[in-house]
Amino acid sequence: MLLINCPFCKERNETEFVYGGPVGVDRPDPNAVADQEWVDFLTLVPNPTGPVFEKWWHARGCGEWFVICRDTVTHEILESPDEKS
Amino acid sequence: MKNHRRLESGGRVDRSKRLNFSFNGRQYYGFEGDTLASALIANGVKVIARSFKYHRPRGIIGSGIEDPASLVELLDENASGNNLATTVILKDGLKAKSINCWPSVNFDFGSIIQYFPKLVPAGFYYKTFMWPNWHLFEPSIRKAAGLANAPQVPPKKGHFESRNAHTDVLVIGSGPAGLAASLTVAKTGVKVFLVDQNSEPGGNLLSSKLFINKQPAIAWVDDMVSELAKMDNVTHMQNSTAWAYREHNLIIVNEREVDNSSIIERSWRVRAKKVVIATGAIERALVFANNDRPGVMLASAVQTFVNRYAVKVGDNLVFFTNNDSVYSYIDDLENAGINILAIIDSRKKIPDQCLSRAKKIKVMANSILKNVNGYKQVRSINVQSLDTGKFETISCDLVAHSGGWNPAVHLHSQSRGSLKFNEKIAAFVPNKSIQNSINIGACNGTFALAEIFKETNQLMSKLSGEVKSESREDNFEVDEQHYSIEPLWSTDLSDEKEKAFFDIQNDVTYDDIQLALLEGYSNVEHVKRYTTGGMGFDQGKTGNINIIGAIAEQQGVGLDSVGTTTFRSPFTPVSFGSINGVRQGSVVLPFRHTPVTKWNLEKGAFMYEAGARWRRPGYFPKKEEGFQEAVNRECETVRYGVGVYDGSPLGKFELKGKDVGVFLDLIYTNIMSSLKPGAGRYGLMLSDDGLIFDDGVAFRIDENRWFISTSSGHSDAINQHMKKVLTFDRPDWDVKITNTTNQWNNATICGPLARQLLEKLSTNIDIDNEAFPFMTFREGMVAEIPARVIRVSFTGELSFEINVAPRNMLKLWEKIIEVGNEFKILPVGSEASHVLRVEKGFLSLGHEVDGTVDAYDLGMGWLMSKKKIDYIGKRSVNLRRGEKSKGRRELVGLLPHNPNEAIPEGAPITPKGKKVGTEGFTTACVWSVVNKRWVGLGLIEDGHSRHGEEACIRMKDRIIRAEITKPIFHDPDGKLLRS
Repeated sequence: MLLINCPFCKERNETEFVYGGPVGVDRPDPNAVADQEWVDFLTLVPNPTGPVFEKWWHARGCGEWFVICRDTVTHEILESPDEKS
Repeated sequence: MKNHRRLESGGRVDRSKRLNFSFNGRQYYGFEGDTLASALIANGVKVIARSFKYHRPRGIIGSGIEDPASLVELLDENASGNNLATTVILKDGLKAKSINCWPSVNFDFGSIIQYFPKLVPAGFYYKTFMWPNWHLFEPSIRKAAGLANAPQVPPKKGHFESRNAHTDVLVIGSGPAGLAASLTVAKTGVKVFLVDQNSEPGGNLLSSKLFINKQPAIAWVDDMVSELAKMDNVTHMQNSTAWAYREHNLIIVNEREVDNSSIIERSWRVRAKKVVIATGAIERALVFANNDRPGVMLASAVQTFVNRYAVKVGDNLVFFTNNDSVYSYIDDLENAGINILAIIDSRKKIPDQCLSRAKKIKVMANSILKNVNGYKQVRSINVQSLDTGKFETISCDLVAHSGGWNPAVHLHSQSRGSLKFNEKIAAFVPNKSIQNSINIGACNGTFALAEIFKETNQLMSKLSGEVKSESREDNFEVDEQHYSIEPLWSTDLSDEKEKAFFDIQNDVTYDDIQLALLEGYSNVEHVKRYTTGGMGFDQGKTGNINIIGAIAEQQGVGLDSVGTTTFRSPFTPVSFGSINGVRQGSVVLPFRHTPVTKWNLEKGAFMYEAGARWRRPGYFPKKEEGFQEAVNRECETVRYGVGVYDGSPLGKFELKGKDVGVFLDLIYTNIMSSLKPGAGRYGLMLSDDGLIFDDGVAFRIDENRWFISTSSGHSDAINQHMKKVLTFDRPDWDVKITNTTNQWNNATICGPLARQLLEKLSTNIDIDNEAFPFMTFREGMVAEIPARVIRVSFTGELSFEINVAPRNMLKLWEKIIEVGNEFKILPVGSEASHVLRVEKGFLSLGHEVDGTVDAYDLGMGWLMSKKKIDYIGKRSVNLRRGEKSKGRRELVGLLPHNPNEAIPEGAPITPKGKKVGTEGFTTACVWSVVNKRWVGLGLIEDGHSRHGEEACIRMKDRIIRAEITKPIFHDPDGKLLRS
C-alpha cells in the first residue's frame, strides 16, 4: 500500500486516494485533429515499466487532484507535488 | 498405552499440564507446549490426512509451517478449515479431524484413483478444455476440489480485529539473528517491533542443543527476551506471522493467541522505516519413490520433535542426505533411543568432520535411496550404491531426509527484492533490496551461528548512523561446522514404477514434471501452472526448488537462468476473518441516511440500498399488503392526488466563479451559459469517449453562481470528474465547486394536487404557474422554513422540490404529511418512482444507459448542441455515429400483447424469437397504473423506425410478443408537468 504525498495533507495512505490514470498528452482541440489522433488521445495512455507520471485524487481527504511520478516496478515515488497550504 | 512415544525427560513440554484432545473422534492427551502434530506422534498416530489428488495416506513430514501434508480441520469452538497439525497449538478440549477422505482416513474410497494415474495426467484440467469437453468433467472436478469444510460464519465465539502500527524498525523472526538485531537496535532508543510466527522465541535454537556463552542456547534466548521486555520502545509478539510485504514498507502481520479471549486473531498493518528480515531457512525434501509414505520425514523435523517436543518419532531410522546437516543430529537422536541404521549420502566424498560424528554408523557414500516399502507406515527401504549398482534393503520405520536448506527469501522477494543462486549452498539468496530492508542470518544464506552473530552485528551497526552497537562479548561455543552440500534435485527415476513426489501437497510427481517438460512447458511459471507444482497452501516450501533444479538439468542450464516462480503473499495461509477484521457489511462502507430514515422505519417502510449506500424506502406496505399493491397505491396517489418523495440523496453542487457558464457548457452536451438567473435546464454529461456519464439539471442563481443536481449514485464520480477537468484541462478557469449534497435535503411533492398542498403549507413564494413556471426555482419560506423550491419533475406530474437545510428536513416532512392529510397524501418509495419514470420514458442510468448507447439512441439528440464547437464527448459521439448509424440499439416502448404479462427486466429480444444473437433487450417493465397494463422499455436495433412492429422477447420456455412503440406511456406532450 503506497504512501502518497498530498500537497496539503502530506504522506497519507493509498486507501484515501483515487487513482486518476497516467498523465498522457494534453487534450487536443477536437476540431483540429484527425480521427486517428483523437482515438489515440483517448486510448493510448502511457504504461511504462519504470517511472510514470500519474494523477491522484485525495478523495477521502482534502479533495485535491495532483500529479506524482511513481516507478511502476519498485513503487518508489520519485516526484511529489510541492507542499501547499 | 497413550503417550507411549513420549520421552521421559527433556523437551519444552510441561508434563504437569495434561491436555486432552480428540482426533477423528478418538481421545488422546498431550502436554502444554505440544503442537497437535507432536501430540499425535506421541500417541503413535501415523496417518493424519489423505492427499489431494491420489488420496494417498499421509503422515507428518515437517515440524512447522513447511509441512506439506498434515492438513486437519478444527471443529467446534476452534472451527477452522485447513490447518497444519504442525502449527496447531495443542489446547485442552481441542477437536480435530482428517480432511479429504471418505469414509475415514484409514479407509479412503478415493484412494482408488492412485491406481489409474494415466487418467489424470499433468495438465488434465487444461486438457479437458481442448478435448473432449470440460463440462463432462466439471462436476466431478468441482466435487474433488477443496479440502476441509469452511467454518460457519460468523464464528461461534469471538471476533477478528485489525490494528495499525508505525515503527522505526520491524524485525521479522525471533531466532538468533532476529533477537540479536532487535536488542542492538532497541538500545539506541528507536521504536522496535519484533514479530515471530512460532509459539516461542528462539527459532532453530529451540530444536538444537547448541551452547552460547557456555550456557544452553535457550538460556541465551531467555536472557535476550527478558532484556527486550524491559524496554519501553520494544513491542515483541510471538504467534505473529508477517505474511505480506507490501509497498512502502507496509508489512501485514497476523497475530494469533491474542491476550484477549474474545479476539480470535488480530491483523496488524505495520508501517516501518526499516525492515530487518530474519526469517531463517527451510529444509527441502529429496525426491525418491514413495517419498510421501507416513514415516518419511524431513531430518530437521525429526530433530525438532525429539529435542523440542520430546517425542520419539521412530525406533529404527535411516538418513538420506546430500549435505552435512543430518550429521549434527546423530547424538541427539541416539540419546533419545532412536537406532540409526544407516546414513545414505548421495555425495561421493563426505567431509571428514561429518564422518567423525558418525563413527559407529554405517555411512553409505555415493548411494541413493531408491524406494520406500510400506503403505500406511514405512516398513523398509531399498538403497542403491552408485559405485557398484547393487541394491540393498534395510528394514526401518523412519526415514529422515534432507535435500539442503533454502533461505526463507519469501518476504524479501515479495518486497520486489531480487535473488541470486548461491552455488555454495545450492540455494537462492537475496541479492538486491528494493525497499528499505535488509536480510540477516539464515534467510540471507548465513547458516553457522557464529557467522550469523558476526553478520548481524556488522549490519546492525551499519543500519543507521545513530545506531551504536554496544557489542556483547558473546562467546559462541558451538561446534563450528562448515556446511557443505552437493545438490541432488532428483534421483534417476526413469524406470521407476512407484510415484516419487516433487510436490507432496499437490501430488505432483516426477512423471508429471517430465510430461510437462516433454509437452513443451519449459518456463518455470508455466510448469507450475500446468502441473500445479508449488501451488496450494504450502506454496512449494519444501519441494519447489527441486522442480527448478529438474528444469535446469533438463535444459542444461544453471538454476539462475531458470529462476524462481514469483513469491506472493500470504507467506503462510491466513484466515479470511483475519484479513477482514471487523470490516464487514456497513462497517466497510457505512450506510447513508437522510433525516427521514427513522420516520420511514416507523411507518413500516421496506428499506434498501439505492445507489452510493443510501438507505431509502422502497415502498410502504400496509398490513397484509403485497409489494405490487403497495406500489400501485403509491403510484396512483401521485398520478391522481399528491405524493411526497424524499429526494435528499440527489447529488448537489454549488459552482461559483466567472467561468462557470463556459465550464457547464464544456461538461454538459447542451448550452447552459444562456440560462437566466432563476432558470434551469435538464442536461446530459458525457465522458470524452462519448459515453453517457450522468443526467441532471443545472440552475443559475445569479451571474456567477449556479447549482447542479446529479443522480444519487454518481455524485462522487461527478465531483471527481469536474475537479479533474478543472485541475488538469482548464486550470486557468475561475470555478469553485462545493459539494452541497449533505447541505440540502429535499421533499418533493408531486401530483395534480401539489400546488394546492403547497398553498396550504403556506409560502411567501408566488406559486402561480406563470410566476413560477416549470424549470425555474424560487427562494422563500415554506411552512415557516427557509427553502429553495425547484420546479423539476421526475414523475411527469406537477412537482415542487422543496429544498431545506437538513436540520429542518424532518420538520418539513412531518408538516407536509400533516397538512397533506386532507389531500390523502402518501409517502412514495423508490419502487413507485421507478414505475412513474418508466410510464414517462424518463432515463435511469444503469437501466437504459449502459455504456453503449448515446443520446441519439435514446431519442435525445436534441440535447446534443450543434452550436457549441466543443463539449466533452462531442467528437467521440460524432466519430462513432459517422462509422455506424444503422443497426444501433435504440430506445423504444414495449407493450406486451397480453397486457397482463410482465417482461422480466433484462430479458433478451431476438429476431422473430429465434435462437440467434440478440437484437436488444428489455431495460424495464412495470405495471402502469394509468394504462392498467404492463408496459416496458427496451433497447432494440433500429428501434426508432420500427414502431408498430413486433418484438419477440425470448425466454427459456416461451416467447413474449410485444408491440414496439414510442417510449412514453403517459402525457406524451408533457402538459401535466408544466401545469
